[in-house]
Amino acid sequence: MTGGATYLRYELRRTLRNRRFYIFSFGFPLVLYYLIAGTNRGTRLSGTDLSFATYYMVSVSSFGTMTAMLSTGARISAERAAGWNRQLRISPLSPTAYFRTKVVTAYLVAIVSLLLLYVAGLTLGVSIPAGRWVRMTVLIALGLMPFAAAGIVIGHLVPVDSTGPVMGGLTAVLAFISGTWFPIGDHGVVHDIAQVLPSYYLVEAGRTALGGNAWGTTGWVVVVVWTVVLARVAREVYRRDTARG
Amino acid sequence: MASVELRGLVKSFRTPHGDVRAVRGVDVAIETGETVALLGPNGAGKSTTIDMALGLLRPDEGEVTLFGRSSSDAIEAGLIGAMLQSGSLIRDLRVRELVAMIAALYPDPLGVEEVLELTGLTEVAEQMTHKLSGGQTQRVRFAVAIVSNPELLVLDEPTVALDVEGRRQFWTTMRAFAARGKTVVFATHYLDEADAYADRAVLMAHGRVVADGPTTEIKALVGSRTIRATLPDVPDDELRALPGVTAGERRGEAIVLACSDSDAAIRALLERFPAARDIEIQGAGLEEAFVALTSGEDEERLA
Repeated sequence: MTGGATYLRYELRRTLRNRRFYIFSFGFPLVLYYLIAGTNRGTRLSGTDLSFATYYMVSVSSFGTMTAMLSTGARISAERAAGWNRQLRISPLSPTAYFRTKVVTAYLVAIVSLLLLYVAGLTLGVSIPAGRWVRMTVLIALGLMPFAAAGIVIGHLVPVDSTGPVMGGLTAVLAFISGTWFPIGDHGVVHDIAQVLPSYYLVEAGRTALGGNAWGTTGWVVVVVWTVVLARVAREVYRRDTARG
Repeated sequence: MASVELRGLVKSFRTPHGDVRAVRGVDVAIETGETVALLGPNGAGKSTTIDMALGLLRPDEGEVTLFGRSSSDAIEAGLIGAMLQSGSLIRDLRVRELVAMIAALYPDPLGVEEVLELTGLTEVAEQMTHKLSGGQTQRVRFAVAIVSNPELLVLDEPTVALDVEGRRQFWTTMRAFAARGKTVVFATHYLDEADAYADRAVLMAHGRVVADGPTTEIKALVGSRTIRATLPDVPDDELRALPGVTAGERRGEAIVLACSDSDAAIRALLERFPAARDIEIQGAGLEEAFVALTSGEDEERLA
């Protein structure tokens, strides 16, 4: 539908005009990366031939893209606070077109954020074979699907003044449990919880660039199930979210 | 064909203080081309009724038909435009872009430039939506409501944020749009707005329609005075039968009489019931008029 396409175009324009958004979605991961890896660029992780620069480029990639996807929530929440959500409900914009707009915007932000980190990695001397780089990127993109839906769910449930703490807390906890910043080992309670979280497989997706294996069956199942479940939840919370603020 | 048909709408909300029956049985039919004011004090159920009419709220009971179809079908067909209560604008777009963004969603929109012209926004068309004044914001919200070229335009207290001049301009624009043969429904708690800009007023109080008719009739009904007095042991019927009295109710020892002619009513009251004391005569604001028009049955039903 052409109307939906025009709507998407303005939505993207709107997103890219927001300065705070640049800081959080693009600036923050870059600063984080340079802070962690820039000071130890030559250092190798103990017991491996991996450089800090490479290891943390991959870590920040999964964290940064997850944050970027969930930032949909903050944008939706702000729209709701302006009553825009209700204005859209009395327009012919279909729920499908609405979701498509939100998901495409979120992916665009995540992919740009990812590419910026790759460039940052290159400046710190990261060298990964092209095939692995492509595989990592594709797997991360797939691993972000549940977070696309999660962003929409958060946006329609959380009031605008709480989105910051909710998303900051959520990403911090998920990143920690999923072994973004340091390996979580291969057994124990944290490990067991991580196995059923989509964030774990996002981290795994990044690690394929370091020579890790692609997802096994469990990984695919977890990612697909979370995507389907969260997409259904998103549809339901969107349907219900018509009340006056 | 009726543009709007509301049949037996009922809606309650659960609150920490118990259930609130916001709308208690509303029946309204609005013909195509009519401009109708939904008039009532705050809490009368106007916004809840509008939300149900637009499908934003599911009624507990009753039915909504817009142009002979369900509200969602009418919305999908692009027949409805609305300016809802207490909204602002999404940020990071220019005024022209925001109007164009909404126009793109509809099958048969008005021209963006035409709407900007009509709403007096041409000069600020390139400004960012989050840098507008309150009055300009309201005008953009109105532009968003009409750019779809809707057959039915619904406005929920559209002039709340406007000053006197802003109000006058707003209603002039609204009239210009209505003159294209559109159906317009607006909620307001100002009697003068209803009187000046609507053909017909639907008077709501306590979740019910208490009067419905040409604005001239409603004005006569509402623009009346109220007599309050302490007067025990007189049957309600006799009070209502007094000349100049349109409605009356008893609250314990006190009586409240809504009057079309309070001079005649007070003379008759004192002549027939010299025992009446603590007499007050008030020019009835909407609130007082509504109190007089609604009977005590609401409270019984709540219990």
